[in-house]
Amino acid sequence: MATATAAPDERLATTSLVGRLLKRPEIGALIAAIAVFIFFAVVTDTFATAGGASTWLRTSSTIGVMAVAVAVLMIGGEFDLSAGAMTGFTGLVVGVLTTEYGLNIWAAMVVSLALALGIGAINGILVMRTGLPSFIVTLGTFFVLQGVDLAVPKAIIGQVAIQGMADVPFYDQPKAVFGSAISVLGGNVYASVFWWIGVTALATWILLRTKVGNWIFAVGGAQTASRQIGVPVFKTKVGLFMTTAGAGWLAGMLLLFSVSTVQANTGVGQEFIYIICAVVGGCLLTGGYGSAIGAAFGALIYGMTNQGIVYAGWDNNWLRAFLGVMLLGAVLLNEWVRKRAETSR
Amino acid sequence: MSDTKSTTHEAHPDTSKPAEVGTPIIEVVDIGKRYGSVIALSEVTTSVRAGEVTCVLGDNGAGKSTFIKILAGAHEHTDGTLNIDGVSRHLASPRVALDLGIATVYQDLAVVPLMPVWRNFFLGSEPTTGFGPFKKLDVATMKKTTKSELAAMGIDLRDVDQPIGTLSGGERQCVAIARAVYFGARVLILDEPTAALGVKQSGVVLKYIAKARERGLGVVFITHNPHHAYPVGDRFMLLRRGKSMGDFPKSEITLDELTAMMAGGAELEALSHELSRELGADSEVAKKMELAVEDAEA
Repeated sequence: MATATAAPDERLATTSLVGRLLKRPEIGALIAAIAVFIFFAVVTDTFATAGGASTWLRTSSTIGVMAVAVAVLMIGGEFDLSAGAMTGFTGLVVGVLTTEYGLNIWAAMVVSLALALGIGAINGILVMRTGLPSFIVTLGTFFVLQGVDLAVPKAIIGQVAIQGMADVPFYDQPKAVFGSAISVLGGNVYASVFWWIGVTALATWILLRTKVGNWIFAVGGAQTASRQIGVPVFKTKVGLFMTTAGAGWLAGMLLLFSVSTVQANTGVGQEFIYIICAVVGGCLLTGGYGSAIGAAFGALIYGMTNQGIVYAGWDNNWLRAFLGVMLLGAVLLNEWVRKRAETSR
Repeated sequence: MSDTKSTTHEAHPDTSKPAEVGTPIIEVVDIGKRYGSVIALSEVTTSVRAGEVTCVLGDNGAGKSTFIKILAGAHEHTDGTLNIDGVSRHLASPRVALDLGIATVYQDLAVVPLMPVWRNFFLGSEPTTGFGPFKKLDVATMKKTTKSELAAMGIDLRDVDQPIGTLSGGERQCVAIARAVYFGARVLILDEPTAALGVKQSGVVLKYIAKARERGLGVVFITHNPHHAYPVGDRFMLLRRGKSMGDFPKSEITLDELTAMMAGGAELEALSHELSRELGADSEVAKKMELAVEDAEA
């Protein structure tokens, strides 16, 4: 490795830090996040305070954990529309098993994780074996989960929300891991924020510095070519779907232990928010290109806008309109970047 | 040429030393392939030798694809014998062919356009450092090796970090060739590498074919263009309608003879007669056709 530092090629102008940054897929999301922050910090009084920040960071973090996982899946060339419903499903499994059957809370969480990974594996195997688009396969899983989330709790506990979660023995232990908060400068930093940062860092490391990361970019960018060259396409893709489902479990636990309850419709509709965050963060809808950090910034933009609109006293419904505009803007920007990357010299 | 192989990549033991120039690596004798009652290929005989280029020429549908699929391990042959290093074999899968040092570079090149050149170069066989969960890509070695291996093939890249999609068609072809060579190929099968390229780019690829031959590799060069085949080829095997029209060393055939055989002298003549009958002997097209026939026969 000592000889690895070859003399830089004289035909390469020494690229400045700015120049290198501008080539990264997440740069658009970073600039947009800064703009959104400055905008609400100026327009509202509470946004840039410690208390205000702890609220929007919390919103960003629970969305962000999933957005990062969905981004990695999208880089691998697939979608998971069941990702939102999965967060409610995993929470409900833990809730029902503990409050109704008195199962140990950690054991219930393990069961919930195993079920999530199983559903992820089914998603992946169905997509790979049938050759159907993941958009259709996971749309099916999404509806199945949505139905199960409503019907099963109704049949077992007679209602569609978990009650009495806080009275479950040892509830404090997972609560400390997933739902606690520490006080910083007069505001609260929730555990979910650390999970969000951790998941983003891990995903970035895997994508950029491991074999598996190389394979994820490859199967998303050119599946046939990857197979010809010896990349284990099937394993990579099934693993990606399982990872997304596992992240769904994590997001489900973060929600469950921060509010001590979970409802049957939790997470439904969020799947598109994750995809928007990933695309805003620089992921191509066609796969093979994107960034985990970008998706984390996408989630940050979502969280800041979500709370900023409340602080500004506007009608909350403008959030959706804003997201739509941002998505279109991001897609156009990404397409332009991709065309440049593929053809320019 | 760099001899710094990565820590985790092991070259095939038999491939560590290039064989002596002229040593036959692959010999096919009266090989054939039937798909049920359809005879796709029959009675083809030729050889691939270390440090030599065997050109397989034929028009569309002549059986070129079937022939390379047999050598690449994509289809097993049904007739005749395929000897590799003197041992009769049936190649059951591309993996088996690769393990014997036979690498195929297909027309689509098996590259991922949006990924950097160095990531593409090592895709599927990435070297790593570290242990267990901390195993990471050996990025420095990967970049350095990519640069030096491409340099050995005569490609001087400004930046191995650029997406491979930004390279020209010829350069991409060469990266695919360099990759196959680095991962232990002794025989390179190139499927119409110049088909989609312009004149200048074709020249670049031909240069790399010559380079690969110099490095002691056996090259199977599939093409329908005798003008591309003749300058780099040592041996020419012509296919027409699934049959071999002969297997000639360079010393036994000239470019004109090769072109004439490719154009199908007899068929061309028949076409010329037909045209002059239908359009009248003094029609522009028919006259040109006759001239072409005379050229081919000359």
